[in-house]
Amino acid sequence: MKKLIVITLLLILGFYLISTFSSTPFGAEKVSGVKDFYLKQSPETLKVSNVVTAIVVSFRGFDTLGEVTVLFLASTALGSILYRRRTKHSGLNPQREAVISSSLVRTGAKVLFPMIILLGAYVFVHGHLTPGGGFQGGAIIATGFLLILISYRKFFINHNVLTWVEAIAGTTFVLIGIGGLIYATQNNFLENFLPEGTLNKLMSGGVVSIIYIAVGFKVGAEITGILDTLLTIKEAGLDPDEN
Amino acid sequence: MGIGSIIFLIGALLFILIAAIYAIIQKDLIHAVIASSLISLALSLVFYILQAPDVALTEAAIGIALSTIIFIITIRNTKRYENE
Repeated sequence: MKKLIVITLLLILGFYLISTFSSTPFGAEKVSGVKDFYLKQSPETLKVSNVVTAIVVSFRGFDTLGEVTVLFLASTALGSILYRRRTKHSGLNPQREAVISSSLVRTGAKVLFPMIILLGAYVFVHGHLTPGGGFQGGAIIATGFLLILISYRKFFINHNVLTWVEAIAGTTFVLIGIGGLIYATQNNFLENFLPEGTLNKLMSGGVVSIIYIAVGFKVGAEITGILDTLLTIKEAGLDPDEN
Repeated sequence: MGIGSIIFLIGALLFILIAAIYAIIQKDLIHAVIASSLISLALSLVFYILQAPDVALTEAAIGIALSTIIFIITIRNTKRYENE
């Protein structure tokens, strides 16, 4: 009986999939309309040469605000679940400092860390010109902090600083959105109200580049906070009186 | 797309397949996680060949480094070897 239900459901699903995709000939242009608008509008009126950034930050900017909020909630939830164990063992943990990584790893991390941070900052500052943007740049910066966290056991990340960076970046995003509501010509949330500049220059795109820099700081701080929380909880789990 | 990049693409996809099979059959979970991060490495090259460099950046940063370290933290808190 259960097999019969599964087969019936699969047949229904297959019928709908086939009837959806068989109406389009293979390789034919199915979607039209809004993509031409994006491809035309983002270089001409917004002066943003990276169309993906123009869609993510400007045309679909409210969705990006939602994504950033989801990431913020995930980071906050993880931090609040692990908060008690983290404060108990944070900072000067003898177990954590007892395990020293090799000098090869430490020297390599010291050389590579500024380069990784520079690459991440480059990716989100040039988000409106080259591929990438705030999310990618933030993830790259978090990778650099991960490298330094696993090679230097005494490296201590102040979570208050991370919280302030997150708060200022998120507030910047929302304030720019409200600024578009007040100062822009069409009075929409996240509408551009700064001068657009010239295409393919660093100072172009109006609010798009500022929003992506804020998103980069926010994502980098959040992922770094998550990684530091998880790495600190590892030693707490090894503690015999904890289990 | 030139013939060279098509050959590179097929090679990368075969590498992904082999690494995925290795990650499934490997009993040492650290080795399996390293194999799955190699999948992400090859996949980011595939995205770059297919002209999606921003997706390649995301895959490189998150797939290779961040998800791998989260799996490794989990394994160090539980067990390293998979039982039969």
